[in-house]
Amino acid sequence: METLKLLVCDDEMGMRMGVARALRDFSVDIPDVDESVRFQVELAETGEEALQKIAADPPQILLLDLKLPGISGLDVLEELHEKDIETLTVMITAYASIETAVRATKQGAYDFLAKPFTPTELKSTVTKAAKHLMVARQARRLAQEKRQVRFQFISVLAHELKAPINAVEGYLNVVRDGTIGDNPEIMNQIVFRCLDRIQGMRKMIGDLLDLTRIESGQKRREMERVDAGDMAERAIETLLPDAQARSIAIELHKNGDLALWADKGELEIILNNLVSNAVKYNKDNGRVDVLLSRDGEFLTIAVKDTGIGMTRDEAAKLFNDFVRIKNSSTSGILGSGLGLSIVKKLAMLYEGKVKVESEPGEGSTFTVTLKDTAPQQAPTEALAADPHPASDAP
Amino acid sequence: MSDEKKTILVVDDDEDFLFQQKVQLEAAGYKVITAPGSKAARALLRTSRPDMAVIDLMMEEMDAGFTLCREIKKTYPDCPVVICTGVANETGMAFDAATDEERAWVKADALLDKPVRFEQLRREIERLIH
Repeated sequence: METLKLLVCDDEMGMRMGVARALRDFSVDIPDVDESVRFQVELAETGEEALQKIAADPPQILLLDLKLPGISGLDVLEELHEKDIETLTVMITAYASIETAVRATKQGAYDFLAKPFTPTELKSTVTKAAKHLMVARQARRLAQEKRQVRFQFISVLAHELKAPINAVEGYLNVVRDGTIGDNPEIMNQIVFRCLDRIQGMRKMIGDLLDLTRIESGQKRREMERVDAGDMAERAIETLLPDAQARSIAIELHKNGDLALWADKGELEIILNNLVSNAVKYNKDNGRVDVLLSRDGEFLTIAVKDTGIGMTRDEAAKLFNDFVRIKNSSTSGILGSGLGLSIVKKLAMLYEGKVKVESEPGEGSTFTVTLKDTAPQQAPTEALAADPHPASDAP
Repeated sequence: MSDEKKTILVVDDDEDFLFQQKVQLEAAGYKVITAPGSKAARALLRTSRPDMAVIDLMMEEMDAGFTLCREIKKTYPDCPVVICTGVANETGMAFDAATDEERAWVKADALLDKPVRFEQLRREIERLIH
C-alpha cells in the first residue's frame, strides 16, 4: 500500500473538512502498476499557507481553489511552476472561464474539479491523478533501470573488446622487442594467435550489431514462409569444414511439415549459433544431431551435442549477455558471449522459448521453440497505403 | 646464472599473456612451466619446485593471486614471487611491494602493472633469482 500526500487548499472550512472526510478511508487499486494507494490529507486555508506547507514537504497531489482571500490559486500555481515543484495540481473552481482554464493549464494544472462536487466526483478525480502519478513513477523507475542495464552492458562490452586488443598488442610488442629469438615456428604461432583474436573480435562486433538490431526493433522483419529444414541444411553445410577438421559428425533429422512464418535472417542466426556452438564445444570425434519437429503451431529446433556439457549453475546463466562458461574445457575456445543471448531474444520475437539440458562431460541439448504465426496483414502494401492504420486507434 | 636452467612458473588465466611470457622467457634461457589458474598452479606445485613464480592477481577470485602467493611462500619459502596485474587499470586500486611494510602483507617480492614490458620483468627476475 502506497500513501500519497494530498494537500487541500480552500478558504471554505466545509470544503476542506468534506474532502478530508471523503478521502479518510478511501483507497484505490491501480492495476497498471500492481499497487493500491491511500491518501494522507493535509489542509491549508490560504494560498500563502499552502506554499509554506509545500515548501516544507511537497505533497504529490494538490487540490487548489482558484479563488482565495490572499494570493489566488493561479498565483500559487505560477509559483510552483517557477520553482519546478513536482506536484500534480487539480484546480477547484466554481466558475472557470475558458481563459482561466487555459492559464491554469499553461501553468501546469493537471485537472479541474467543478464546485460543487459530490464525494464520488472527488474520488474519481483523485483516482485519475493518483493513477497518473503512479504510472509516471513506474515509467521513471523503468527508465532508470534501463539506463543501469545499458551502462553495465557498455562497461562489460568495453572490457570484452579490450581483451583481444591487449592480446594482439602484446604479441606485436614481443615481435618488436625481438625477445623471442628467431624461431620461425614461434613466429608462426604468434601470427595465427593474432589472427584468431582479430577474428574473434570481428565475430563479437557482428553479434553486437545483430543484438542492437533486434533490441532497437529498427530492422524491418521480412516475414515469409520459410522451410526450417532447408535452413538447417544450409547452416550445417556452412559449419561442416569446422566439424570435419575435428572429425565431428553432424546429422539432421526432420519430422513433419517444417515450414513456418519467419524472417529468414533471424532463423539463420538461430540455427547458425546453435549448430556452431554444438561443434565448438564438442569433443574431437563427437557428434551433433539437429532435430526439427512440429507440434501444432509450434516448431521445435533441438541441437544435441556430445560435448563438454555444463553444470546446472552454469546452464542457469547461459542465456545472458556476455556470459561465457570459463573452465579448463572451455579455455582456448573463442566466443563473444553474445550468441545464446541473441538466440533467446530472437526466440522471444516468435513467442518462443529456449532451454538447455546438460550433463557435464556428456553433452548438452539446446531446444528452441518457435510459434508459427501468420503476419496480421501483408506488411509492405498496408504500410505504404496508410502509415497510421485506423485499427490502432483506441 | 649457473649452467642448470632455472625453472619459472607462470600463472595467468589469460592464455595469450601466458604464451607471450613463455616464449620470451624460454628465449631468455629459462625453463618455463605454466598454469591457466591458481587451481592448476596448486596441482603443478605438488610435483615441481620452481625457482621463481610470476603470477596474475585476479583469476578465479579477485584475490586468487594473493592466496596463491601465500601458498607458494609457505611451501617454498625461498621461491621469489612476482605478481603481474592489471588491477590498477581495471579497478583503480593500486598495490605495490616496494617497501618492507607493503611486502609484509602483500607477501610478493615485486608487483608489476600490466601491460608488463618484458625487459622490466626480466630485470625483476634477474634481481630476485640467485
